[in-house]
Amino acid sequence: MRPNEMSARQIARVVNRGEMSPTEIVGDFLKKIAETEPEYHAYITVTQEDALRQAAEVADRLVKGGEKLPLAGVPVAVKDNICTKGVQTTCGSKILAGFVPPYDATVVAKLREAGAIIIGKTNMDEFAMGSSTENSGYFTSRNPYDPARVPGGSSGGSAVAVRCGSAAVGLGTETGGSVRQPAAFCGLVGLKPTYGRVSRYGVAAFASSLDQVGTFGRDIADCALLSSVISGYDANDSTALDAPVPLYHELLSGTENGAGTGVGAGTGTVVGAGVDGIRGLRVGVPKEYFQTGVEPEVAAAVRHCLDILSAMGAIVEETTMPHTEYALPVYYVIAPAEASSNLARYDGVRYGWRSGNSPNVMEMYCNTRDEGFGPEVKRRIMIGTYALSSGYYEAYYLRAMKVRRLIRDDFDAAFKRYDVLVTPTTTAPAFKIGELSEDLLAMYRSDICTATANLAGIPALSMPCKFVKVGGGRQYLPVSVQLMANVLREDLLFRVGYALQEELALPGLKQPYTHLQPQGDLYTQLEGRGDRR
Amino acid sequence: MTTWEPVIGLEVHAELATRTKLFCACPTEFGAEPNTLVCPRCLGMPGTLPVLNKQALEFAIRAGLAFDCQIAEHIVFERKNYFYPDLSKGYQISQLSQAVATGGQVNIVTDDGNEKQIHITQIQLEEEAGKSIHGGATIREATFTLEDFNRCGIPLIEIISEPEMHSVEEAKAYLEKLKTVLLYIGVSDCKMEEGSLRCDVNISLREAGSDRLGRRAEIKNLNSFRAVVNVLEYEIQRQTELLNSGGTVARETRTWDEGRGESFSMRSKEEAHDYRFFPEPDLAPVEPGQAWIAEIKATLPELPDIKRRRYVEEYGLPLYDAELISGNREMADFFDKTLQYYKDPKAISNWLMGEVSRLNNQAETGFDKLRFSPQQLGELLAMIDNGQISTKIAKTVLEEMFASGTAPASIVEARGLMQISDQGALETMINSLVDANPGPAEDYRNGRDKALGFFVGQIMKETKGRANPVLVTDLLKEAILGKK
Repeated sequence: MRPNEMSARQIARVVNRGEMSPTEIVGDFLKKIAETEPEYHAYITVTQEDALRQAAEVADRLVKGGEKLPLAGVPVAVKDNICTKGVQTTCGSKILAGFVPPYDATVVAKLREAGAIIIGKTNMDEFAMGSSTENSGYFTSRNPYDPARVPGGSSGGSAVAVRCGSAAVGLGTETGGSVRQPAAFCGLVGLKPTYGRVSRYGVAAFASSLDQVGTFGRDIADCALLSSVISGYDANDSTALDAPVPLYHELLSGTENGAGTGVGAGTGTVVGAGVDGIRGLRVGVPKEYFQTGVEPEVAAAVRHCLDILSAMGAIVEETTMPHTEYALPVYYVIAPAEASSNLARYDGVRYGWRSGNSPNVMEMYCNTRDEGFGPEVKRRIMIGTYALSSGYYEAYYLRAMKVRRLIRDDFDAAFKRYDVLVTPTTTAPAFKIGELSEDLLAMYRSDICTATANLAGIPALSMPCKFVKVGGGRQYLPVSVQLMANVLREDLLFRVGYALQEELALPGLKQPYTHLQPQGDLYTQLEGRGDRR
Repeated sequence: MTTWEPVIGLEVHAELATRTKLFCACPTEFGAEPNTLVCPRCLGMPGTLPVLNKQALEFAIRAGLAFDCQIAEHIVFERKNYFYPDLSKGYQISQLSQAVATGGQVNIVTDDGNEKQIHITQIQLEEEAGKSIHGGATIREATFTLEDFNRCGIPLIEIISEPEMHSVEEAKAYLEKLKTVLLYIGVSDCKMEEGSLRCDVNISLREAGSDRLGRRAEIKNLNSFRAVVNVLEYEIQRQTELLNSGGTVARETRTWDEGRGESFSMRSKEEAHDYRFFPEPDLAPVEPGQAWIAEIKATLPELPDIKRRRYVEEYGLPLYDAELISGNREMADFFDKTLQYYKDPKAISNWLMGEVSRLNNQAETGFDKLRFSPQQLGELLAMIDNGQISTKIAKTVLEEMFASGTAPASIVEARGLMQISDQGALETMINSLVDANPGPAEDYRNGRDKALGFFVGQIMKETKGRANPVLVTDLLKEAILGKK
């Protein structure tokens, strides 16, 4: 098995045991990048030399320290709005072309500490504004299941990298579904943690009160492992929560899990998430999420998950969250409002792009921002500026904040009655490149099932639950189910997700996949079991 | 002709004397090489986040308590959005509603000797911007601008007054009192020459007796009390002329050119910035809690108003003395400490306001740097009372104390300045003097009181000023009048 086909846990295990060197691992991933990048375009920057240097350092630490590192030698794809010391960080924008941060984001520092290798910086919609990577200032990334389709966004590049196997796991960021939606489009597990669970220090802000770093893995345990590593209090972020971080991957029972990585073995409380963990679990199914124009096949796939949970002893109940319909309008006031302020710093004065030959400061600002920002960013800055303007603030921003409170109240009420909420992640599988780029509202509606979790600050996880046939041919695309839990209950999401994953037992998800691989593989497996499902 | 009454409100910005900046750990020192006291945070680099300096918040609360303000239960920071090259994030983290402190007042003594309260609207905690240095004689002629971000992020408090001052003198008294209190409580060094105290002025005129407000002009960024006085005088005249000639005052922001002694329009109301304030999402609201507020309150020194009252009521000092001494924390501290060793407050006050202040001024130093101690001053004054030295000699001794810090008794002893109160010795001296000068003695006997001064002077000359003057006078009278 090539290293790029292994799970992050497997890589950490073989590296910690000395069976493979971090350099060998990185070498294979770099080769994989060379194979897949021309077709899928996951990365804005591949940090080849830096990755090899990091690999040598990790090898050194393993020899000298004799310590076991939770992500020893694991190549991680990092979204390009997360600052990496000495490595260009563009936020997918021309305005930051060539910007090299003099510091690491806290999450990057934690990755390095854990022995991970930052292998590259991934493509994204400019400043995380978009759902397809089509708003990238550089290029559009391609869905590994079908390069004519988008990988989702804004963290599309990281999703592509992890799906292709050009990274073992990946970091994305969420403001309104930007990890969960690409995870769904690329058949990955994606987590948006509780607001404050992960430090935002060093993550270029889009909408500060919604932003959170999220994780991609090809299975629940990898996503859980990566989440454990990056979570935790940070004095550099005043909104970070000071709460202990469980070793999420060790909560999962069954096959090879966290214990094998040699980290915290035997220290975590191991709670089984097998049948026993699901029995008595109270599952709420908010009906509003099924009234969003969700495609019947997607709804059916989610219902199938509910049947599985039911069969495992969960108590599944339909419920109502009446303010759900306001989530998108509220989101599209608050997020642009905060963005209009957060993006003011890109003014050409201190770093990044500066337009030349402006006769005065005002024109330098205007030209720099006109040339540096793309149309979607400009649009949102204008919307946000308007929403905060004197005379409109009360009607827009303040009102949106009040409705946001009502949405949060819906969740508070729901979590009094339910442990988890189950919904679709997206209404449909990945759309085609260009399909929605002329229809902004349709594009904005991509966030319809996901924006609520950001507004409420709760954790939410997306995981593939079915492959659906598209175009009447032999092509399959993944669709996903979303699990939501109360604040700081990521543990529940991983346990329930793990139980579902093992029951669903969808083929091919744990390995890298690209459409270049023999297509029959996935097709045969799926067709072979299609009748049963 | 209409009599116009000025209505003045002041916004004072005082840099806080913290060691580090408001939201990062960069030092706040003055005068460093440009852009050496900076970090990714104060440079507004992508992804950086503010972390509140607790000391700065404590100082802001301290100022609020010193001016009798209400301290907010939930302190909320807001973003004030505007573009300027020295504003690294494109917004200033400031406050609007739910500022650190609201209400409260500054007590001033007006020229007619009455006390007046000027109310404070609020005290808000915010960050400084950087400094733009324009390459050119004026900002309009500049061909380039350099930015120094050393100052960017230094904490300051903005103290906003109600528009309750009605003369230049009141505004000046308000500023002086504000500065006194800020220095007293140690939250700002108030060094105007380093820009750590600056002022925005709002001024309008209204018909005397009216309670309606006229249209106001705002003049920004004045960095000396002198400039405030000049601006106010200039604006009162400018607005009076405008109104008297049937014109109206424009609602605008103006800038003051100290060199030319004129104010200029900077932007009109229509051009005014829309700052798009909204709560800073990177900082959770702060709840200082009653316990911490009480703790801060307990460390406040006795404030000048209370001191002044105590000096008048307990010590019977004249209001003038009480105001002057309480207005200078170091002087007041010295006064209070001297009182532990010497019981006549008025005498201490006279010496501190007179001789000691004179010596301080000469040497350009202050009460906090005196070489002699309050106890030594007390000893000096006691020596006068005990007749050991005269007041005149005491001044000489004080000069020596001021220069060297030597104890007064040692100086008197070493220099042989002890007063001569030996009646026998003085009588001998006096008798021979009177005998040798029959003329002046006769004059005195004939009712020319001044003649006595001649004899006193001669004795003092002979004793190098050490003779006890009271005793000498008594003995002289006896000697002259007794020898008919």
